[in-house]
Amino acid sequence: MLTIKNLHARAEGKGILRGVDLEIRKGEVHALMGPNGSGKSTLAQVLAGRDVYEVSQGEVLYDGRNLLEMTPEERAHAGLFMAFQYPVEIPGVSNLYFLRSALNSLRKARGQPELDAMDFLHIAKQKAREFGLDESLLKRSVNQGFSGGEKKRNEVYQMAVLEPRLAILDETDSGLDIDALKIVANGVNALRHPDRAILLITHYQRVLNYVTPDYVHVLYNGRIARSGDKNLALHLEEQGYAWVEGQAPERPQVAGS
Amino acid sequence: MASQTKDLEKLVQQEYKWGWETLVEADTIPPGLNEDVIRVISVKKNEPQWMLEWRLKAYRYWQTIKEPTWANVHYGPIDYQAIAYYSAPRSNQDRPQSLEEVDPEILRTYEKLGIPLREQEQLAGVAVDAVFDSVSVATTFKKKLEEMGIIFCSFSEAVQEHPELVQKWLGSVVPYTDNFFATLNAAVFSDGSFVYIPKGVRCPMELSTYFRINAQNTGQFERTLIVADEGSYVSYLEGCTAPMRDTNQLHAAVVELVALDSAQIRYATVQNWYPGDKEGKGGIYNFVTKRGKCQGKNSKISWTQVETGSAITWKYPGCILQGDNSVGEFYSVALTNNYQQADTGTKMIHIGKNTRSTIISKGISAGHGQNSYRGKVQVLKSARGARNFSQCDSLLIGDKCGAHTFPYLEVRNPTAQVEHEATTSKIGEDQLFYCQQRGIPKEDAITMIINGFCKQVLAELPMEFAVEAQKLLGVSLEGSVG
Ligand SMILES: Nc1ncnc2c1ncn2[C@@H]1O[C@H](COP(=O)(O)OP(=O)(O)OP(=O)(O)O)[C@@H](O)[C@H]1O
Ligand SMILES: [Mg+2]
Repeated sequence: MLTIKNLHARAEGKGILRGVDLEIRKGEVHALMGPNGSGKSTLAQVLAGRDVYEVSQGEVLYDGRNLLEMTPEERAHAGLFMAFQYPVEIPGVSNLYFLRSALNSLRKARGQPELDAMDFLHIAKQKAREFGLDESLLKRSVNQGFSGGEKKRNEVYQMAVLEPRLAILDETDSGLDIDALKIVANGVNALRHPDRAILLITHYQRVLNYVTPDYVHVLYNGRIARSGDKNLALHLEEQGYAWVEGQAPERPQVAGS
Repeated sequence: MASQTKDLEKLVQQEYKWGWETLVEADTIPPGLNEDVIRVISVKKNEPQWMLEWRLKAYRYWQTIKEPTWANVHYGPIDYQAIAYYSAPRSNQDRPQSLEEVDPEILRTYEKLGIPLREQEQLAGVAVDAVFDSVSVATTFKKKLEEMGIIFCSFSEAVQEHPELVQKWLGSVVPYTDNFFATLNAAVFSDGSFVYIPKGVRCPMELSTYFRINAQNTGQFERTLIVADEGSYVSYLEGCTAPMRDTNQLHAAVVELVALDSAQIRYATVQNWYPGDKEGKGGIYNFVTKRGKCQGKNSKISWTQVETGSAITWKYPGCILQGDNSVGEFYSVALTNNYQQADTGTKMIHIGKNTRSTIISKGISAGHGQNSYRGKVQVLKSARGARNFSQCDSLLIGDKCGAHTFPYLEVRNPTAQVEHEATTSKIGEDQLFYCQQRGIPKEDAITMIINGFCKQVLAELPMEFAVEAQKLLGVSLEGSVG
């Protein structure tokens, strides 16, 4: 579904990604870990099409299409979703209105009829109940004045409504209380489907107790330095990243397979 | 980041869509200004002696004063002798008695403007007084309003039919000595609208005026006077467009509002005068004096404006809060794009006890646009317990535009509470990306973010105007996205 080959990216002249290789197939859940500043968010944003980052080398195929040539909205229309590490506030635009515009933009791009306000409200409320989002947040401006945890829940909620095919969650589990963590995990698990895939960026092994990944990767210095199964996360938790540092970066085992 | 900024700047390129010209025969006084011109205007309008004298007093005073230079706008000298001060569509020399008598060419213009002038469009619930160049062409709904004692007619007609009302209130809020442009208007004003709402009457529909400058080299100097008697209510809408011309045209209007005890007036403007082209050539100079007087206790006046047009806007709708417990409000969105300049804001003068005022100003600058907020809050000694809240937010699109805020405070009563907040933000690349990541195309995202920014103000507009204003904001920035 997603093939990343030798991806290099930089921002403001500074190299951040230095040859990322990764293959994600339908139905899989991949966890991506790595120390602060290793380039996890950069990878997520390059995949979502943020043009702050310049891709200097490499290629990315999404369902056989050249992802890097698509605009951010085209990627979204093709089913790519990214939950932001730092969700953005949009004053004066209600959460509900925003989400309806988003859903209808996706539907329009896919040749489906747009939903009217009533039909949408029905879906929106049902999903809010299912994914533990306080209904009062629907009427408020997008993310404005939301607590850190509420912002993260809102990202998962949007994901649940938009039903992406490839979801990238950038530290959506950070800063959450234990109940919220379960809600996020529940959101991810609800999305699991043989036709979909998930890339879960996280610092903590604990979320992996609720979402069992098929693969765990460690991004280190702009490269995937290690790949393994869920035991790799446990190992990291015990050893810390010094352990990765101690090892020569090796080619990841799953990449390109 | 650079390419995002460029895209944003591109968004700002959009053509003026209201720039056609209507070919009607016009009865125009040759350019130039002197006492004879004023006498001719007065004769053409068959005015009583007091009206002529008022004009002449204004003209003589005007000759002794200078054009103001304090506003943060820049333009070449205006040649007041090169302007024609009166232009009436000739076929209407004898004013039309009904819509059937209105020049069809003019009616078509209004149709293009989307004005519900025709009988069958009365369902829209808007009574329209349309001012074309300098004269009021037709007023709809008059009969129906008359039954309730409401007077809604052209200013000239009011001078003929209700001279006692006009004489009593004319200049009571904006005296002819008020300022350079208001004084000029007092001398040469050609038409405008007049509204009187009798005691206790709630005007059942939105009253509306559309202004359009058509003839070349003419100035438009209209004058609006609205008097809301005790316990009455009226909501008034004003819309404006002009054809595209590469010379600048002067628009110097005066609006006076009077609210007596417990009366309420809402005055909304969607101003879309031709702003000039992308290089800053042509466009309307919009130098307007608007003021309301809350003369009675518990009265209320609200100004709402959405200013997207004009090459230069110089405009400060204000309220004199004279009656105890009276309330003044000012809600404004001003958008400047390309080389447009706007210096706009408000003036709230607290005189009565427990008077309250609210100011919400939203400035949007794009291209090389320069947007200044200038607001004055004055609390006199007498205004015990007066309160003011001001909020001025500026949004910048691109990095060649500017936003400026000039708040002036003058508080002479220690019990007064005055609060001022100001913010300046850039339309965020991160906000845009967030929307796009969710599938919302960039242009839609920009419109959404701008409308969100203006929400507090748009919420004050009557429903159908709010929709129009939202579209206008989108359209004024359209095309700048690649
Ligand atoms: N727009 C940018 N301009 C300049 N440097 C950037 C930019 N974005 C990221 N960087 C730098 O690139 C490096 C990787 O940042 P990134 O946000 O991808 O790290 P991360 O792995 O997500 O870290 P964390 O775990 O702290 O979220 C950091 O050193 C960061 O400062
Ligand atoms: Mg990060």
